[in-house]
Amino acid sequence: MCEIGNLVSLRTFIVTRTLLTIPTILVLLTLVFLIMRVMPGDPVLSIVGMHASEEHILELRRELGLVDESGNPRPLYLQFLNYLINVFRGDLGRSLIWGRRPVLVEVLDHLPATIELTIWGFLVSIAIGLLAGVLSAHKRGTVVDQSLRFYSIVSYALFIPWVGMLLQMLFAVELGLLPVAGRIESGLYVEHVTGLYLLDSLITSDWRAFYSSLHHLVLPSVTLGIVISGIFSRLSRNSMLEVMSQDFITAARARGLPERVILKHALKNAFIPILTMMGLQFALLLTGAILTETTFSWPGMGSFLLERISYRDYTTLQGSVVIFAVMISLVSLIVDLVYAYVDPRIRF
Amino acid sequence: MALEFSKLLSRLVPRGQGFGVLAAGSIVVTLVIILALFAPYLTPYDPTSTAGPSLHPPSTEHPMGTNRLGYDVYSRVLYGGRTILIVVILSTLISMIAGIPLGLFSGYRGGAVDRSISVVMDSIYVFPGLILAIAMAAALGPGIANTALSIAIVYIPTYFKMARGQTLSMKEQTFVEAVRALGAKSSTLMFTHILPNILPTLTVVFSLNVADAVLTEAGLSFFGLSVPAPTPDWGYDLRAGQPFLPSGYWWLITFPGLMIIALAIGFSLIGEGLNELTSPWTAKR
Repeated sequence: MCEIGNLVSLRTFIVTRTLLTIPTILVLLTLVFLIMRVMPGDPVLSIVGMHASEEHILELRRELGLVDESGNPRPLYLQFLNYLINVFRGDLGRSLIWGRRPVLVEVLDHLPATIELTIWGFLVSIAIGLLAGVLSAHKRGTVVDQSLRFYSIVSYALFIPWVGMLLQMLFAVELGLLPVAGRIESGLYVEHVTGLYLLDSLITSDWRAFYSSLHHLVLPSVTLGIVISGIFSRLSRNSMLEVMSQDFITAARARGLPERVILKHALKNAFIPILTMMGLQFALLLTGAILTETTFSWPGMGSFLLERISYRDYTTLQGSVVIFAVMISLVSLIVDLVYAYVDPRIRF
Repeated sequence: MALEFSKLLSRLVPRGQGFGVLAAGSIVVTLVIILALFAPYLTPYDPTSTAGPSLHPPSTEHPMGTNRLGYDVYSRVLYGGRTILIVVILSTLISMIAGIPLGLFSGYRGGAVDRSISVVMDSIYVFPGLILAIAMAAALGPGIANTALSIAIVYIPTYFKMARGQTLSMKEQTFVEAVRALGAKSSTLMFTHILPNILPTLTVVFSLNVADAVLTEAGLSFFGLSVPAPTPDWGYDLRAGQPFLPSGYWWLITFPGLMIIALAIGFSLIGEGLNELTSPWTAKR
């Protein structure tokens, strides 16, 4: 009986929470639309140049939804409606340069590289952050705790490209241990399965490619990991302290359990909230990944955006931001759903 | 605000730890501001014209070396401070002017209006700030005002959430009810009674937010989306120096980067210090 009640409330929660992502995505879509309309001057002229033919300009205007079929200017609300309908149909328009490929295809080409970097950066930051946070909570009030807390403030303020360049200077240029930039040795090719090189080369048992991608992944993911780890260290410390102040820990202490065991108990209980809060930092990871990519010529969304900005490829820019908005909303939805599944108290 | 600060300071001194953090941050930030403010007196060179041989390592004449075009890196670092400080201050002002009154209004008004404004603000808040700023800056084009505006959009929700949250808790307090009972107008209540009470929290949010804005400006400038090219800007100089890194020209990237993180860390420390001082409960944890 209780089981069924639980399931029903879980289902209600899932439905409500999923519906709640719609306004978020709508707001972001509107924002992107407005941003692209504040462009000073005529966007079409700035794309094709002053010397383009009348016909070419009209054609582009029609494609961008600025005018209707017969060439009359469309009111703003109709442009907006048109844009919304296209987005929901998965049509993000075509790139304005080079073969005019669909934006969605271009984005999907570059997204896996970003996802791979984000995953590994996340893992590095969890490792450093958890270790630092647990140690800090364990040694609370001591010099170790003070310095780790200082570390968590300072690491967040580190500017990713600078950290990356220092690491490049030390490990790639001076010591020659790791490659300066790139995702894989030139000449090597990974068969496309998921687009994540490490995973794909593992699946296809291509060990040379596996080693090379791992080699290239180290510096970027450590750079990203270090900068994000400060926040995770602070989250872990606070969660650990909260758990350690609970009765069952006091009871365990009173029974004379060794501190190592107590720490293990505490971590087990603090882990889920820590993980959830870490999931909520996804936006931060994405921002970090974009800066890391441009520093290490990592061929993901960041490098892609940087390249397209210089060509004034606005449809691609707009489409990429839309994809980011959808990704952010989905991740926060997933994090919330997982949390609700694990911890029944938060289903409202 | 000055009064709040002195009140704060007098409360802090005996407490030690938070004060040390605050002091360290203030020293760093003051130093960077002085360097930027007095740039013309601290360097004989123009940051945007050739001052020596190309790619010369640090020497007595050029303490931070020269770049590819023979510009003096030290001068560029000093003047670059002006760029980033102006942009960040301007953008923070815009965010506060837009975010705080909106938060006060939304929190005070409540109901459906509050819910709708909150949904909009929350949506912007969860979106990666740098990406939003990049899209905005790419659309607006380069320039100090445009860059400031692009960064400001990102942080309006931060100030909105702070002001709204404080207003909600303040609304329930007896003194607000008393003023309302006396027949004060809503605007009077919001701006003369609630606003002054959120100032201590504002100083904390402000410092932490400026630290973040510094990094966002540096990111935009690293993407080449801040001020137009020859104007000195730390993020831009960092990017311009990167191709020379494999050849060992370390001074091109070391100094601008050091300044970015010094400024960001400085403001973070001020924020953390103030936070520990204003809310001793979190400090103890």
